[in-house]
Amino acid sequence: MRRVPPIFALVMLAMWLLLNSSISLAHIILGAVISSLLLLAAYPLRPLQPRMRRGPVLLRLAFKVLIDVIRSNIGVARVILGLTERGKIHSGFMQIPLDLRDPHGLSVLAMIITCTPGTVWVELSPDRSMLTIHVLDLVDESEWIERIKNRYERALIEVFQ
Amino acid sequence: MIATEFPLWATLPASLLLVIGGLLTVIGSLGLLRLPTFFARMHGPSMGNTLGTGCVLIASMILSSALLHRPVAHEFIITVFIVIVSPVTAMLVMRAARYRTRVKEERRQQGLQREQE
Amino acid sequence: MMPLLDGAIWFAQFCFALATAFAAIRLIRGPGAQDRVLAFDTMYINGMLSLLMLGMRSSSTAYFDMALLIALFGFVGTIALAKFLLRGEVIEP
Repeated sequence: MRRVPPIFALVMLAMWLLLNSSISLAHIILGAVISSLLLLAAYPLRPLQPRMRRGPVLLRLAFKVLIDVIRSNIGVARVILGLTERGKIHSGFMQIPLDLRDPHGLSVLAMIITCTPGTVWVELSPDRSMLTIHVLDLVDESEWIERIKNRYERALIEVFQ
Repeated sequence: MIATEFPLWATLPASLLLVIGGLLTVIGSLGLLRLPTFFARMHGPSMGNTLGTGCVLIASMILSSALLHRPVAHEFIITVFIVIVSPVTAMLVMRAARYRTRVKEERRQQGLQREQE
Repeated sequence: MMPLLDGAIWFAQFCFALATAFAAIRLIRGPGAQDRVLAFDTMYINGMLSLLMLGMRSSSTAYFDMALLIALFGFVGTIALAKFLLRGEVIEP
């Protein structure tokens, strides 16, 4: 049996403490026991181990994503209220070639793309090389490719690969 | 209307966040009505789902911390849950929609061919 | 400063009610089944937010657990509906 990484147990313990919203010793002990039991029970279901390095890059990425979410919220609100200069919006599918192969990195990328209004993750080709997304305000395809590859994918490759 | 008094440091940011969150959610749902096609309509609610919910949950966190006189962060779990879950929902709904539009298109073309024959 | 918070909570509640009404219109009108699923998804998020508003109004934290449960079960419901649209059955053999 491989070594069980302690971070899962720590995350589950943190969630237990948050749900009870207390940090008394009794809750810490109970949470630790429950989370280690759950971890032992659920571990055979999860054979893949994430390899994460460079936490600061991830923090900077989170900050960048927050800024982007606010900006694109304003953009989508303008489109919905009809405040754009062009009367008609032009939405459509587009394809982006990806270099990221790690499944954990890809799932983080899916969260980023879906949580940013204006873009929705549609599907990934079976060999994980081509991503299809749907964009609400598709003016310039190369700009979107540039943005996703430079702003998000590079940081994720740095962290997960 | 509200049962207890809150201090000023809690009411000001909480009110601001509540107003912003409400506006974002209502604009997002308006997009559900106004946008022309289904794939464009996918983008409307995701506004309310992310930033709208985030604003309201942060306001709730601030108010319950002020109420109980200690930091309360359990609303954070809902935010994390929604962020983790939204790509799964979006992906499945999107896949279903693409499949259904494709099937509909094929049926329509078959019908056209039959009419021509 | 209390009228400010009171007004903000009123405003937010009004906004969520309006948003739920928009989603309900789409749920009734929606041309395709996928539109209805999307409207249902929006509706449960709005319902959860309204519940949190009620919790703030009555200054209790008991509503939080209900909001968490609505978030969990709404997600499961949306997934089941989307899966049904895709395959015609939810749990495949």
